Amino acid sequence: MKLRVLYFARLRERFGVAEETLDFSGATAADLVVHLQSRGDVWAEELAAGKAFRVAINQDLVALDARLPEHAEVAIFPPVTGG
Amino acid sequence: MKIVIQCEAFDLGAEVDAMRRGRTGIGAIASFIGLARDCNEGSGVHAMTLEHYPGMTEKALAALVDEANSRWTLLDVTVIHRIGRLLPGDPIVLVAVASQHRGEAFAACEFIMDYLKTQAPFWKKEATPEGERWVDARASDDAAAARWNTP
Repeated sequence: MKLRVLYFARLRERFGVAEETLDFSGATAADLVVHLQSRGDVWAEELAAGKAFRVAINQDLVALDARLPEHAEVAIFPPVTGG
Repeated sequence: MKIVIQCEAFDLGAEVDAMRRGRTGIGAIASFIGLARDCNEGSGVHAMTLEHYPGMTEKALAALVDEANSRWTLLDVTVIHRIGRLLPGDPIVLVAVASQHRGEAFAACEFIMDYLKTQAPFWKKEATPEGERWVDARASDDAAAARWNTP
C-alpha cells in the first residue's frame, strides 16, 4: 500500500526528513515501525523498544496495533509539549 | 466555539469581550493563559520555537473541546495557541470557557488545558546558553490529564 509518512520536531531533525512516500506491505503501525527500525542508525535508535514516540494515522493518535488504511497519512513524533 | 493557531500575540480582554458580547445568559467566564518562562530544567531560556502538525492540531483541539462540551454545560469556548518563535514573558496559549455558573467554567478550562498538554501536537524547542534543545514531555502532565478519566 502507499503511505505518506510525516515526522515532526526532534524526530524530523534526527531523521533528516520531514515527509516521505512509502510503498509498504505491512498491516499495522507496529509493522511500519519495524520497517523503519530496519534502516538502522538513528532510525533503529529513536524507534527502539522503550523509546517514547507517538503515532498518528490520518491525524488521530493511535496505538501501535492500529491497522493502516490504504493511502494513510501516518505521522511519527515525540510526546507532545505544547501549552 | 473558536479554535485558532497563530503566530501573532492575542488579547485576553478582547477575546473575553467577544465571547460575552450580547450574551446575557453567560454567568461565568474562566480563562487561562500560559506564558513562555525564562528558565527551565536549571537553564536560562532566551527564546523558544513552537512547532505543530498542521491539520491534526486543529482536529485534536476540536476533539478536546467537544469532549469538554460533553462533560459540562458550556456556553462558549475559545482556544488560541501560538506557534513560531516566542520570547520569555510572551503568551503561548489562551483557553477561555463561558458557562452559566463558575463550577463548569473552572473545571472545563482546567480539563481543556490538561488534555491539550498531552493530546495536541505541539512541540517546544528552547534556546539556552548551552544551545538549542527540544523540551521533553513531563510525567506530571500525563498524571494531570489522567485524573479526568472516569473509572
